[in-house]
Amino acid sequence: MDSYINIKVKVWRQAGPKAQGHFETYELNHIFQGASFLEMMDILNEQLIAEHKDPIAFDHDCREGICGMCSMYVNGHPHGPDSAITTCQLHMRKFKDGETITVEPWRSRAFPVIKDLMVDRGAYDKIMQAGGFVSVNTGGVPDANAIAIPKPVADEAMDAASCIGCGACAAACKNGSAMLFVAAKVSQLALLPQGKIEAAKRAKAMIAKMDELGFGNCTNTGACAAECPKSVSLANIARLNREFICAKFKD
Amino acid sequence: MWLKDSSIGRKLVMSITGLCLVFFLLFHGCMNVALVFSEEAYNWICSILGANWYAIVGTLGLAFLIFVHFCYAFYLTIQNLRARGNDRYAVTARQQGVDWESKNMLVLGICVIGFLVLHLANFWFKMQFAELTGIETSAFDPQDGAGLVKFMFAGNGAWSIVLCVLYLIWLAALWLHLNHGIWSALQTLGWSNLIWLKRIKVIGTIFASLVVAPFAVVVFYYLGMGIGMLLA
Repeated sequence: MDSYINIKVKVWRQAGPKAQGHFETYELNHIFQGASFLEMMDILNEQLIAEHKDPIAFDHDCREGICGMCSMYVNGHPHGPDSAITTCQLHMRKFKDGETITVEPWRSRAFPVIKDLMVDRGAYDKIMQAGGFVSVNTGGVPDANAIAIPKPVADEAMDAASCIGCGACAAACKNGSAMLFVAAKVSQLALLPQGKIEAAKRAKAMIAKMDELGFGNCTNTGACAAECPKSVSLANIARLNREFICAKFKD
Repeated sequence: MWLKDSSIGRKLVMSITGLCLVFFLLFHGCMNVALVFSEEAYNWICSILGANWYAIVGTLGLAFLIFVHFCYAFYLTIQNLRARGNDRYAVTARQQGVDWESKNMLVLGICVIGFLVLHLANFWFKMQFAELTGIETSAFDPQDGAGLVKFMFAGNGAWSIVLCVLYLIWLAALWLHLNHGIWSALQTLGWSNLIWLKRIKVIGTIFASLVVAPFAVVVFYYLGMGIGMLLA
């Protein structure tokens, strides 16, 4: 049964990108376990505002696990200690009375902190701009059934496309590698006929951009897939490797 | 050069050099097992390899592979540490299904290399090196490899026991390194998909065990012999 708990929240506070950050611990009493983690953060911020203190800056938008905006590293896990969820889907019933919850921003060289728990994930957008699309001429829309796609292939492409680009993979990776994200984006297009044409070019362009932005080298620890809120599979990384290596050997 | 400048290229070099070394280890382990059955057979294998031109080419090739694998390991690790950023996480937790060894490949690799130096000093220096240069590096005839192995692992009193235990620690580190390394190399080569992902992990574990087992059998054989000689 959900009940009310008293907790301590240890939060990373950083005034700006260049400022020196530090942890601050806040006490929160009478938090309902049925509340979501972000609701708890809202209550904490109301408390801070009432005390005339600067509220904690954190990213959030849809609060139903589809936009990929929330980005908190809670007790050593991106999106908190539960599997296949985003931070907004995390509930306070995952925490015990008297517990100290440590909340940190994503830490990766390519994701600089903007303020407190907010990080700049523009690096992922830059990777997408480098090749994460299909070039199509405008004109009439072809019939959806004109190109037959086997169901298992369509399913795999759909599973890869479930990536919301939240950055948990790079945040969880001890190497700060963005391979799971890039692999998901390359796979969702490379699996389908429309995306196959540019598959080699896309893999090369996106990997080049990923390396340029300072993400690390994948060592297949699997931490990314274990922490991914959408359970994107490591098999996508193998596909990306395959696409990239084949493209390079063809050159 | 994409093998140096792109992250997947660098990983490809790691995986190919690593896999080549795994095959060498398998070959080396199979030769060692001969010791358990017949010392003459082992010495005969040693005489084929010894100081022949193909053995020398092989040794140089191995040295090159290890050098490349080692240099890339540090290159990748330095880049990965930098990619992590300046601030470290205050709290880190273990993820389900993520092996400890996969996050500690460099440490395990350094263990393996460290013991490799000891191993080269113990055996290679007294066998192939001695044969090549004609320098007398030990009391043993370079042709009598089996005698040397027997002395080191069983006939040298308490030191033999210590050496056996050290070798077993080395083999444990090697097994952990290979348990992640083999499937990781196949994943990097792109030989994986939704179905084969689980299979190549199992294949990696089986292959790692197959590679390490022959070495371990020989060490246990001499450890038993050494303890027997001490007690006698």
